[in-house]
Amino acid sequence: MSMQTIGRPTRPETNAVAAAAPEGAKGLLQYEPLIFELGGWSKTGVDLPDVAADVADDLGDLVRTAPIGLPGLSEPETLRHYVRLSQKNHAIDLALYPLGSCTMKHNPRLNEKLARLPGFIDIHPLQPQSSVQGAIELMDRLSHWLTTLTGMPAVALPPKAGAHGELCGLLAIRAAHEARGDARKRVLVPTSAHGTNPATAAFAGYTVEEIAQTTDGRVDLADLEAKLGPDVAAIMVTNPNTCGLFERDVVEIARLTHAAGAYFYCDGANFNAIVGKVRPGDLGVDAMHINLHKTFSTPHGGGGPGAGPVVLSAALAPFAPEPWIVHDQNGYRLIEGREGVAAQAFGRLSAFHGQMGMFVRAYAYMLSHGADGLRQVAEDAVLNANYIKARLGDLMSPAFPDGPCMHEALFDDAWLEGTGVTTLDFAKAMIDAGFHPMTMYFPLVVHGAMLIEPTETESKAELDRFCDTLRVLALDALSAKDDPAALERFKAAPVAAPLRRLDETQAARKPRLKWTQPAAPAPLAAE
Amino acid sequence: MRYLPLTPDDRAQMLGVIGAADIDALFVDTPASARLKGPVDLPLHQGELEVELELAGLAARNRPAGAGPFFCGAGAYRHHVPASVDHIIQRSEFLTSYTPYQPEIAQGTLQYLFEFQTQVAALTGMDVANASMYDGSTACAEAVMMAARVTRRTKAVLSGGLHPHYAATTHTLAHVAGVQTLRLTPRIDAEAGVIAAIDADTACVVVQTPNVFGQVTDVTAIAQAAHAAGALLIVVTTEAVSLGLLKSPGEMGADIAVAEGQSIGNGLNFGGPYVGLFAVREKLVRQMPGRLCGETVDAEGRRGFVLTLSTREQHIRRDKATSNICTNSGLCSLAFTIHMSLLGEAGLRKLALINHAKAKRLKAALETVPGVEVLTQRFFNELAVRLPMDATEAVERLAAHGILAGVPYSRLDPDAGMNDVLLMAATETTQDGEIDILPRVLTQMLEARA
Amino acid sequence: MRFTKDHEWVELDGDVATVGITAYAAEQLGDVVFVELPDVGKALKPGDSMAVVESVKAASDVYAPIAGEVVAANADLPGTPEMVNQDPEKSAWIVKIKVADSAQIDALMDRPAYETYLDTL
Repeated sequence: MSMQTIGRPTRPETNAVAAAAPEGAKGLLQYEPLIFELGGWSKTGVDLPDVAADVADDLGDLVRTAPIGLPGLSEPETLRHYVRLSQKNHAIDLALYPLGSCTMKHNPRLNEKLARLPGFIDIHPLQPQSSVQGAIELMDRLSHWLTTLTGMPAVALPPKAGAHGELCGLLAIRAAHEARGDARKRVLVPTSAHGTNPATAAFAGYTVEEIAQTTDGRVDLADLEAKLGPDVAAIMVTNPNTCGLFERDVVEIARLTHAAGAYFYCDGANFNAIVGKVRPGDLGVDAMHINLHKTFSTPHGGGGPGAGPVVLSAALAPFAPEPWIVHDQNGYRLIEGREGVAAQAFGRLSAFHGQMGMFVRAYAYMLSHGADGLRQVAEDAVLNANYIKARLGDLMSPAFPDGPCMHEALFDDAWLEGTGVTTLDFAKAMIDAGFHPMTMYFPLVVHGAMLIEPTETESKAELDRFCDTLRVLALDALSAKDDPAALERFKAAPVAAPLRRLDETQAARKPRLKWTQPAAPAPLAAE
Repeated sequence: MRYLPLTPDDRAQMLGVIGAADIDALFVDTPASARLKGPVDLPLHQGELEVELELAGLAARNRPAGAGPFFCGAGAYRHHVPASVDHIIQRSEFLTSYTPYQPEIAQGTLQYLFEFQTQVAALTGMDVANASMYDGSTACAEAVMMAARVTRRTKAVLSGGLHPHYAATTHTLAHVAGVQTLRLTPRIDAEAGVIAAIDADTACVVVQTPNVFGQVTDVTAIAQAAHAAGALLIVVTTEAVSLGLLKSPGEMGADIAVAEGQSIGNGLNFGGPYVGLFAVREKLVRQMPGRLCGETVDAEGRRGFVLTLSTREQHIRRDKATSNICTNSGLCSLAFTIHMSLLGEAGLRKLALINHAKAKRLKAALETVPGVEVLTQRFFNELAVRLPMDATEAVERLAAHGILAGVPYSRLDPDAGMNDVLLMAATETTQDGEIDILPRVLTQMLEARA
Repeated sequence: MRFTKDHEWVELDGDVATVGITAYAAEQLGDVVFVELPDVGKALKPGDSMAVVESVKAASDVYAPIAGEVVAANADLPGTPEMVNQDPEKSAWIVKIKVADSAQIDALMDRPAYETYLDTL
């Protein structure tokens, strides 16, 4: 069998500490039941006008008759419930959130305010285009900023997330090959790639082949050259890559790829490291998605919604999905089908025009920073990451010690050898020390990976507080070699979080994916 | 620059610690020939006031739904969102957190996702729901891909009542995977023709109720026919509020239920971001795309929640994953959950009844206009209306009078030969007075044209 | 009982071979949370992926060690995947294969050879 044993332990190793009280509060942090244990079936927090009881009689047996199972709460109860839940989350606004490859930067509140203007939040995607000229113009201006910053001739705004952008790029590539009658089968992806790259390539109907990585964390050119061939449709290379390094040979990668008749898809998840400094269009890239929720600061929102516009080279631009934005003497217009200049569009990626709410936020962010500020964004992001690497590099082991990193510092777990402390233990101990852990066990090519991305929105003081804390923790971890008590502290961590380590094995073996009413006694609060 | 905390002194000190001569020393791996010498050709930074003025100027050139009579639907619906919904989703701990990779410090997100999944399962009448998809249309496309995987068949029958943009989105994804989409002729009662199209190669049947013309159908017989042929039934709902009143997809035999959840908790936003609902029968859970949150215990035996069944997903299965999706529609699903918690069962049913009552009022008003024919007979809150003129032209003329009358069907499906069909929706936000002026305005317009 | 380098075990009874994963493999994988089984009747060539054993963090293919047709799959595993950790080389068998050519089994490692092989890992 193929044994994939990389990764983190998934089950807590100790049950030693007895539960004080399963429902006990910690400090002012409350235990909070589920809405289904709090709410009432007849209770509601919304006052609606009365309606005749027989109003749905015309629908006859199309009407549902059985109870649905949706409890309600009054407004004060609802607020308290969700505010209590919120307090069990870490957030950028609380402290450094160093998740590598996720770019957890400050989310300006001006953007939130502007996205809620009635002229943006309260407009319908299918109302007459004459009544939404400002919205289409905003999309056009955003396009101009994105193409100028990337040095690419065109952009497709519809993709709703990074992975959706990857799909958009590959479908454009597929359409370009098909337009030439050139059916190609394979997509090459480096071993260090994010999982969405091979998953997207497979979704777009390609078989996936891996490209080896060199010892200095870059694409192995010889292996790439050996695997390129007439049936390769595209390569998907992240740059800066998932190890936080710039692909030095990117121009040569593009040349080899184009020589084989393939397209160069660049995963632009890490564009924030080079925005305003280097333009992908000058490097030979044919398509690249831009995560507006990373580089351009739209909020991550607990896992979405994102937005993933894709910039396209001249060769791929004709195949961009619907809708297209055009501008003439009559104003702005969306072309929503395969017609006119959009005759070769590969199709439609979703029902409407993309993530307008995110476009407003990203555009406000771009205007705020301007061309000068965005360049400074990249410089400060890279400076901050290198500062962390320099301050921790003597205690922890950088995965690629030679040369600078880009916007994130990658460490492996070689420095923990012999201590009994794993990357997971170290990460969980960070929680007790007041910091969200870094990305762990990614990229897969680095053993016990710890990927730290500070972003440009951290002050030197916060970086120093983080580095000072990690140095203390690292020394503690190293002491675990001959101090069982120290090791136990790491294995038990976190102890100060709302919950201790969770049993992921039990969750997966006996999945409980929704609340079900216990047999007895009835859990609902009295009404 | 207000978003950048480092001072020039900080930067100099930090470069010293790093041992770099200047900032360019850190960009040494980028090709020298491609390094930009200065800012690109775009405006320089601006203050908050200037940015606000510029965007407010753009916003002012859009006509908000709330600015007057408004009857647009066709997959996006204007509903009232309680103030507390938007307040809670703007809390830092929800707005500025990410995927709950560290469950010990993300129980807020995980618990609401568990609540969301439970609410969606209840609403759709299904066993299990995921933590959401990008929107209803991408959820529909993923459902078809999932059905092809489960049945190992390669044909999807799409009802002519399916939103044309959902059909197009599904086609985009399906055809590259070798799954053929057979879209049936669009008709008000298109569901009646679906059973005849099912054959032994059919992986799934996709039906929408209420359909794109607003028509409500009991699809139980279609479910039975699909199952008899070894195919799955996918039921699509673009107006989630309708689920508060109508028979659920699960009750009618759906194997996969997908829906656009925007109507609950989320604004129109010119089409996005929205929130796709995705729910299945228990036995299909391991073929599902998207994130799933599950219940477990912590090391002290306390209840807690984690992301689970992750081996389906791209970060583990890579090219064998059930989907390439990597996020959900987090904050939009939170808005949905909060709004649903405020409504509760009682509020949701009442909201749905009000929507239906408004649509009945709209129908009655339209039927008084000579030459105007309401085509939809069994409806929730949306009607297909035949006008004695081109619907696009009618919409433009009425827009000039401050009335957004609806969506011309031809905008969604230009080749269907239904240029005179207008889709009109009414919700609790539609004022009776706005409905009541329609007969006069429509009659005047038609007479002026004649 | 015979063994493969991919850590499957095979035991022949008549013309039916029972196949599972070794104790070493089960230990390496950690807590098994799910086993995906093939359909009965599926024809296998040596090296075909015939089942998937999942832990929380990984999905590992189990390869067919020999050619043949699947005649049974262990229906207890999907409901009680922990059996793979508790009793991998007996009650947690994964499939039974009607063997086309029993000589393919003789070519696999015996236990001492497998243990020697494990020492090299």
